Amino acid sequence: MNGDYQMNPVSRYFRNIWRGFWTVLVGMKVTMRHLFTPAVTVQYPDARMTIPERGRNRLYVNMDDCIGCNQCGMACPVDCITIETAKSLPTEDLGTTSTGQKKRLWVTKFDIDFAKCCYCGLCVPPCPTECIYMTDVYEFSEYDRSKLNYSFITLSPDEAAAKVEQAKAAEREAAAKKAAAAAAAAAQKAAQPAPVPASAQAQSQPQSTVPATKPETQQASPAAAPEPSRDNGAEADKNVSLKEKSE
Amino acid sequence: MHNFITQYLGTGFLGGLLSAVLPLLFILPYALVTIWLELKISAHMQDRVGPMRTGKWHGWAQPIADVTKLIQKEDIIPAAADKALYLLAPALVFTGAYAAYAAIPFSPAYIGADINLGIFYIVAVSAIVVLGILMAGWSSNNKWSLLGAMRTAAQLVSYEIPSSLAILAVVMVAGSFNLNDICAAQSGWFWNWFVFGKFPFLFITFIIYFIASLAETNRAPFDIPEAESELVAGYHTEYSGMRFAFFYLAEYGNMFVVAGVAAALFFGGWNSPFGVYLSGPVWGAFWMISKAMVLVFVQIWLRWTLPRFRVDQLMYLSWKILTPFALVNIFAVGLWVVLR
Repeated sequence: MNGDYQMNPVSRYFRNIWRGFWTVLVGMKVTMRHLFTPAVTVQYPDARMTIPERGRNRLYVNMDDCIGCNQCGMACPVDCITIETAKSLPTEDLGTTSTGQKKRLWVTKFDIDFAKCCYCGLCVPPCPTECIYMTDVYEFSEYDRSKLNYSFITLSPDEAAAKVEQAKAAEREAAAKKAAAAAAAAAQKAAQPAPVPASAQAQSQPQSTVPATKPETQQASPAAAPEPSRDNGAEADKNVSLKEKSE
Repeated sequence: MHNFITQYLGTGFLGGLLSAVLPLLFILPYALVTIWLELKISAHMQDRVGPMRTGKWHGWAQPIADVTKLIQKEDIIPAAADKALYLLAPALVFTGAYAAYAAIPFSPAYIGADINLGIFYIVAVSAIVVLGILMAGWSSNNKWSLLGAMRTAAQLVSYEIPSSLAILAVVMVAGSFNLNDICAAQSGWFWNWFVFGKFPFLFITFIIYFIASLAETNRAPFDIPEAESELVAGYHTEYSGMRFAFFYLAEYGNMFVVAGVAAALFFGGWNSPFGVYLSGPVWGAFWMISKAMVLVFVQIWLRWTLPRFRVDQLMYLSWKILTPFALVNIFAVGLWVVLR
């Protein structure tokens, strides 16, 4: 090209024309070749590209392996995983996970809200049993945002509520037993059992002004140390009501 | 008699009307097919697939859907527009494009008007398109439209000179302005076509005419009048709905006009490439339309190959290259014709 400017103007003129003509033909050859090159388009709903092996799409939780440890929920940066659990009775056998860990908790709620999920995959590595993982499903759009809140528990809502109730009852029983044992021990020691129920009532009285606590909880535990059972009961209540709402 | 309609129905109202409407019956399906072809060819040249869904088979119904959409759309007239000119412009542009069909010899048995100055007439009525585009640009009262219209006027006026000179060279060889006579002068095998005649002068003439005709249809690489990236859409920025469709139809109509003229002047028009084999009125129409469609394809091909010219490059090409070459060419061809 630089040589062109040392040429005399006439040959530069003709050379320019020839070059223009020639490069148009070269360009036409290129486009003609591409006309018969297979298109790179993948016609999506009819044909799909393969998802990369480690692609991050919709999560799945294999509840058979879940021990309800909530490590995934704690790892989640956007708090889209909600897990609630209830203790199993000593008589119940929940089996073991495929990694050989013994399951001790009933998972009464395992919700992942995919409207919130940012598909970062941070929930996957903490799982001790490798039960939460990314699948290759990426088509799950919904018209209603609430439908993106997926529930993974295998228990039915009624079963889950029953498990919560059962755990609560066991808790109460244990607390009552403990209180009775403590009372017996105290009575044995000082032969003065009177102050225990009095203090328990004094503690439970301010709770009755709080509307969220259930009256039956208080009625059921008149003498027992109310602290743990009340907490548990309120949480279980929330549990059930949320469950109903989500359905 | 070169028009079978007027032959049977006379040159009265009915015969005149029918022979005037016949090209329209050709243009409408032709435009749909060519729009679809352009969509598909441009897509495949860019390694895409283009429309695939409309009408199931390779999106064949896409232009029909587009036209249906355009018909349904609101006809918007800008408040500041000069209403009378604004409304008239698309009709005028289409008239200019359609009027040229009168003198195109579709077949030995059909030419809208078998006039002695056929090619001259086509060059003349094509200039109406410039008027229509200027009207559209001016009356839109929009800077983009006006700039586009002014560019169109500059471009079309510049390129009419080399294209007219190129046509004159052919007219000298054929000895007639009548496109039917020019076609008849190329009868026989394909080596009688003018593109191979007086080698290489008429071939150069064809190149000059083809480049100039690209510029006259306002298509890439000569699409600065409607350069999307600088002028939105040039003179038809403000148009919508059916009026926009008219501009579109006129553009595709014009493409066929210049391709048909090139086919008639340089590629034997309705002549069969194989002498008398496969010749006749119906085959004549087939050959004429196929030759023109091949040239339309080359227009599309070039459009998706070349980038847009700059305004100074456009003027350089016309005034400093095409016009001098056309002049030398016409001189050489004239000398050859005289000395023979």
